[in-house]
Amino acid sequence: MTESLLLNLSLLILFLPLLGFTVVLFLGKKFPKLYLFEVGIITTAFLLSVFVLFAKLSYFTAQDIGSSFTWISMSAAPLLGNINIELGIKIDNITAIMLFVVNLISFLVHVFSIEYMHGDKRYTRYFSYLGIFTFSMLGIVLTDNLLMMYIFWELVGLSSYLLIGHWFEKKSAADAAKKAFIVNRIGDIGMFIGILILFTHYKTFSFDIIFQQLSLGNIPFNSEVWLTAAGILVFMGAVGKSAQFPLHVWLPDAMEGPTPVSALIHAATMVAAGVYLVTRIFVMLTADAMLVIAVIGAFTSLVAATIALTQNDIKKVLAYSTVSQLGYMIMSLGVGAYAFAFFHLVTHAFFKACLFLGSGSVIHAMHHEQDIRNMGGLRKKLPITYFTFLISTIAISGVPLTSGFLSKDGILAGTLAFGKLTGHWLIPIMGFTVAMLTAFYMFRLVILTFHSEPRDHHKFEHAHESPFVMAAPLVILAVLSIFIWYTPNPFAPDAGWFMKDWVKTPASVVPVETQFDFMNPSSSGNHSELHREIVHSPLYTEAMHWAHYPAMALSIFLAGMGILVAYLMYQWKKINADKLAEKIKVLYNFSLNKWFLDEVYDATAISGTTNFSKFLSWFDNTIIDGAVNGTAWLGRFFSKLSDMFDTYIVDGFVNFSAFFSGFIGLSFKRLQTGKVQTYIVFVVFAVIILLLFFKPF
Amino acid sequence: MEQNLLLTYLLFTPIIGSVLVLFIKQEQKNLIRWFGVLIASVAFVISLIVYFNFDASKSEFQFIHQIVWIQSLNVSYYIGVDGISLLLVLLTTFLTPLTLLSTWSSIENNLKMFTFSILFLEAGMLGVFLSLDIFLFYVFWEAMLIPMYFIIGIWGGERRIYASIKFFIFTMAGSLLMLVAIIWLAVYASQLTGKFTTNLIELYKIAPTITQQIQGWMFGAFFLSFAIKVPLFPLHTWLPDAHVEAPTAGSVILAGVLLKMGTYGLVRYCLPLFPQSAVQFAPLISVLAVIGIIYGALVSMVQTDMKKLVAYSSVSHLGFVVLGTFAMTIESVQGAVIQMVNHGLSTGALFLLVGVIYERTHRRDIAYYGGIAKIVPVYSTALLIASLSSIGLPGLNGFIGEFLILLGSFKSQVLDNWWYTVFAASGVIFAAVYLLWMYQRIVFGVVKNPDLKNHLTDFNKRELIVLIPIFVFIVWIGIYPSTFLNLTEAASQSILNHVSSFTFDFLK
Repeated sequence: MTESLLLNLSLLILFLPLLGFTVVLFLGKKFPKLYLFEVGIITTAFLLSVFVLFAKLSYFTAQDIGSSFTWISMSAAPLLGNINIELGIKIDNITAIMLFVVNLISFLVHVFSIEYMHGDKRYTRYFSYLGIFTFSMLGIVLTDNLLMMYIFWELVGLSSYLLIGHWFEKKSAADAAKKAFIVNRIGDIGMFIGILILFTHYKTFSFDIIFQQLSLGNIPFNSEVWLTAAGILVFMGAVGKSAQFPLHVWLPDAMEGPTPVSALIHAATMVAAGVYLVTRIFVMLTADAMLVIAVIGAFTSLVAATIALTQNDIKKVLAYSTVSQLGYMIMSLGVGAYAFAFFHLVTHAFFKACLFLGSGSVIHAMHHEQDIRNMGGLRKKLPITYFTFLISTIAISGVPLTSGFLSKDGILAGTLAFGKLTGHWLIPIMGFTVAMLTAFYMFRLVILTFHSEPRDHHKFEHAHESPFVMAAPLVILAVLSIFIWYTPNPFAPDAGWFMKDWVKTPASVVPVETQFDFMNPSSSGNHSELHREIVHSPLYTEAMHWAHYPAMALSIFLAGMGILVAYLMYQWKKINADKLAEKIKVLYNFSLNKWFLDEVYDATAISGTTNFSKFLSWFDNTIIDGAVNGTAWLGRFFSKLSDMFDTYIVDGFVNFSAFFSGFIGLSFKRLQTGKVQTYIVFVVFAVIILLLFFKPF
Repeated sequence: MEQNLLLTYLLFTPIIGSVLVLFIKQEQKNLIRWFGVLIASVAFVISLIVYFNFDASKSEFQFIHQIVWIQSLNVSYYIGVDGISLLLVLLTTFLTPLTLLSTWSSIENNLKMFTFSILFLEAGMLGVFLSLDIFLFYVFWEAMLIPMYFIIGIWGGERRIYASIKFFIFTMAGSLLMLVAIIWLAVYASQLTGKFTTNLIELYKIAPTITQQIQGWMFGAFFLSFAIKVPLFPLHTWLPDAHVEAPTAGSVILAGVLLKMGTYGLVRYCLPLFPQSAVQFAPLISVLAVIGIIYGALVSMVQTDMKKLVAYSSVSHLGFVVLGTFAMTIESVQGAVIQMVNHGLSTGALFLLVGVIYERTHRRDIAYYGGIAKIVPVYSTALLIASLSSIGLPGLNGFIGEFLILLGSFKSQVLDNWWYTVFAASGVIFAAVYLLWMYQRIVFGVVKNPDLKNHLTDFNKRELIVLIPIFVFIVWIGIYPSTFLNLTEAASQSILNHVSSFTFDFLK
C-alpha cells in the first residue's frame, strides 16, 4: 500500500464519472443501452472508494495524502512576485469517508433509477447527468484548495440545474432549475469574494498553507475584521448550497426534479457540500464568524421545521426536513461541535436518501401521486418501503438505537454546552424545539402515508411494491441507519470508531483573542502544528460532558412528545388536526405558505430588479439613445440652418448681386433706343451739364 | 533590424483576395463562396505559422516589417506582433472563415460585394492589430469602418440604414479627436527630438514625458475613441442597433473582433503612451466599467429580442475587460486579454446560434419560441454551452477571464478599493439570470408555436463545421488556459512594467 496508489485511485474515482458522462451524453442517443455503462462506471467507482476508505483508515489513519500541480502561472509580476495557481487533491479521513458516502449513495441511486426512470424520454441523458453530478461532487470532496472547491462548486450547481430541469416541459421544473442556479450563485459570489480576500493576502488557495500562515499569526490585512469577514463570506457559499436561511428557498422547489435526484443531490450529497465546506474552513473561523454560523443554522432549522409541519406533498415535507437537518449541521459547526456535525452529515445522508428513495417508491406505486392526503394504508401494499421508511423516520426523529439519535444527540449536547459556556441559550432552545417538531412532522408523514385507511381507493388498488432494484437500495440505506455501524454503545457516540479514531476536531488556527475561550486549548500555546489531536479545551470537553445526559434525556423526551402528538392527531384522532388548524389559522397559514418568503422575495428583490431593469431599458432607449439621436437631430438642424443661410444669405447675396446688375442693365437698356435724335439730345444735355459743372469760362 | 515578410503576407492575403473576388462573375455564387473561405483559410494558416514561430518568452515585437511610406512625415509601413496582438490576430483569422461559412445560404443578394467586404474588413482588423506605426494604425482603424458600414447597410435588417449611419458617425466622431492627438504627438516628438515621428515604439518613450495636464487631454482623445468602440457605458447605444440590424456574419465579426479593437487600443495605446494619465483616471474609468457590467446585464434582462439581449450582454462583458485593463495587475490584464478572446468566442457563438434559428424562422423575438429542446436537441445543447460559457461557468472559457480580472482588480494598487470587485462580481449573478431566463423561454417548456415544428431543423453539417471549432476553444480555454495565457504573458508584463516605471509614485 503506497501513497501514490491511493492518490491514483482517488483520481480514477474522480474522473470515472466524467468519462461516463461524456460517453453516455454523446453516444446515448444511438445506443440506449449505454446507461448500463454509466451504472457500471459508478459501481466501479464505488468499489474503489470502499477500497480507498479501508486503505486510508487502516494504513494512513493519521496521515494526509495529497498532490497538486500548477494550473496557471504568471512569473515576476511587477512589484508582486510570482503568481501560481495550483490545483490539487488531498485525502484525509473526512475525504475518504465522504468519497465512500457519495459513491455509495450515487451507486444506489443509479440502481434505483434504472427502474424508477424506466420509459423516460431522456433516459440515457438522465444517467449522463448523474455522471457529471457525481464527478463534480467528488471534486468538491477531494480538493485541497479553495479555487478548485469553487470550480466544482459551480459545476455541482450546473448538474443540479440540469437534473432539476430534467422534465423541462413543465414550467415549474424549468423555473425551479433556474431558481436553484441563481439563488446558489448569490451565495457563490459571497464565497468567491471571501476566497479573493484569502488569496490576495496569502497568494495561495491551498487550505493547508492558509491555515499554516494563520497559525503563525499572519491574518488577512492584519485585521481581525477581515478574518471574520473572510470566514463569513466563504460560509455564504454554504448558505446557498446547503439551503440556509435566507437562501433556502430553492431547495423545496428543486423537488420538481426526479425523485432519485432529490435523494442523491437535494438530500444526501450536494446540499451537504455546504456543511463539508464549513468543516474545511472550520479552523479559520473566529468567534464572531462561528456565532453567525450558529445563529443562521439554528434559525434555518427552526424555520424549516415549522414549515414542514403543514406541508401535504410528501417530497415537500422531506425537503423542508432536509433544510432543517442541514441547519442542524451548520448550527453544530457554529457551536464548535465539529465532529458531530460531520457525523450527522453522514448519518443524515443515509437515512434521508432512504426516505427520499422511499418516497420515490411510494410515488412510483401511486402513479405519480405526491399528495399525502390522497394516500394512507400503504403499509399493506408496500411492506418493504414501509419498514425502511419507518426505520429512517425513527432515525431522523432521534430515537435511541438509531444513527440519527447518536449524531443529533451530540449536536444538541454541543448546543447546550455552547449555551452554558457563552450564555447564548437561544441556540439550544431552538435546537431542542426542532427536535420535537421533527419527530412530529415525520411521524405525521408516516401515519398519513402508510397507516390508517386508504383515502384514494382507486390509486390504492393499483399500488404495488417496487421491484428488487428499487427495494434493495432502500434496505441497504435503512440498515445503515442503525447505530451498530458507528459505535458499539448506542448511547455513547464518541465511544465508537467513527468519532474516536476517524473524525477528530482540528484545533482552531485563528489568533487566541478572536477565538471562543472554549476553543482555545489552554494547555499549551503551540499553534504551529496543524491537525493536532486535541479535540477542544478541557472547558469544552467538560461542558460537553455536563450536557451529555441532560441533552440525551431531553431529546428523547421531546422526540417522544413529538411522536405522541403525531399519533394523537393522525393515528388515534384524539385531537382533530383540522379544527386545530382552524383555531390557529394565522400560524397555520404562515407555516403552510412557508413564512411567505417566496412572496416577500417576489415583491422585493425580484420585482425590484425587474422593474429597475425595465427602467434602465427605458433610460437607455430614451435618455442615452435620445442624447445620441438628439445630437444627430441638432446636427441636422444646424445643417438645415446652414442650408437656409446658404440658400437665402450666401446664395441670396450672389443672386442679389446678379439681380442688381441685371436691374441696372435693364434700366440703362432703355436709354439705348437706337435713334440718332435721342443720342444728340443726350450729347447736348451732357455738354451743357459739363459746361455748367466745370465753368470753363 | 531583420525584416520579416510573413505578416505582410498575412495582411495582404485578404486584401488581394478581396480584389480578386471582384473578377469572379456574380452568377458563380458557389465559386465566390469557396474562394472567400479559401482566402480566409489561407490567412488563418499563415497566422498559425506565425504562432508556431513566435517566441512567447520575449516581450519585444516580432516578425517586424518596416518600409518607409511617407518620407517627409517619417511615416512608415511598420508592422509586427507581440503576444497580445498575435492572440487577437489569431482570433480574427480564426473567426473570419467561420463567418463566411456561416453565411453560405443566408446571403444571396450581391454576394460578390459581401465577400469583398468581409475580406476587406479582415484586412482592416488585422492592420489595426499589426500596426506599429500610429499613423498606419489610424488608416486601418478608419478603413475598416467602410466595409462594416456596407455589411450593415446592405445586408442588414429593416432599420439597417439608421443603424449603419449611427455606427459610422458615432465611431468616426470618436476617432477624429484621436487623429488630432496623433498629429499633436508627432509634432511634440519633432520638437523634442527634432524629428517628426509616428513610430509607436519611439513614442512609447517620448509620450510619457508630456506634462501631466496635456497628457490628460491626449489620453482623453485616445480613450474616447477606444471607449466608443468597446463600447463603454454610456457610449454604447450604437452597439445594440448595429447588432440587431447586422446580418449574422456582421454581428459575429462585430462582437468577435471589432469591439476588441477598442479594448486592444486601450492596452496598446492608452496605457503605455500615457501611463500617468491612465493611472490617474483608472478609478473613474473603472467606475464606468463596473456600471457598464451591471447596467448591461440589467438591461439585457428585459430585452425581448434575442440579438439585442446578446448585444447588451456584450456591454456587460466588455466592462470586465476594461476593468481588468485599468486595474493594472498582471492577473487582471492577462484576464482582460483572455476575456477579449472569450467574449469573441462565446458571444460569436451566441450570435451564430441566434442566426441559425433566425435563418429558419426569420424570428428573433424570444416570445415566439419555447419548447424547442424537443425539436432541436443538439441545437439546444449547443445554446446551453454557449450560454454557460457566457455566464462564466468554471470549466468553460468565460470563467477564466472573469476570475483573473476579479482576482486582479481585488488586489489592484491602482484602484485600491475592493468595492469595484464586489460590484463587478454581482454582474456574474445577473449574467446567470438573463441568459438562463432567455434559455428557459426559448428552449424549455412545451412547443409554443406549431410553426416551429415545421420550420426548425437541427444543425446541418456546415453549421456544425462552423460551431465545433469554436466550442473546442471554449472548452480548451476553460480547462487549460495556460496555452493562451503563456502567449500573452510577456507582453502584458512588459506593458505593466512600462507603466509602473513612469508611475512609481502611484504604485508605491
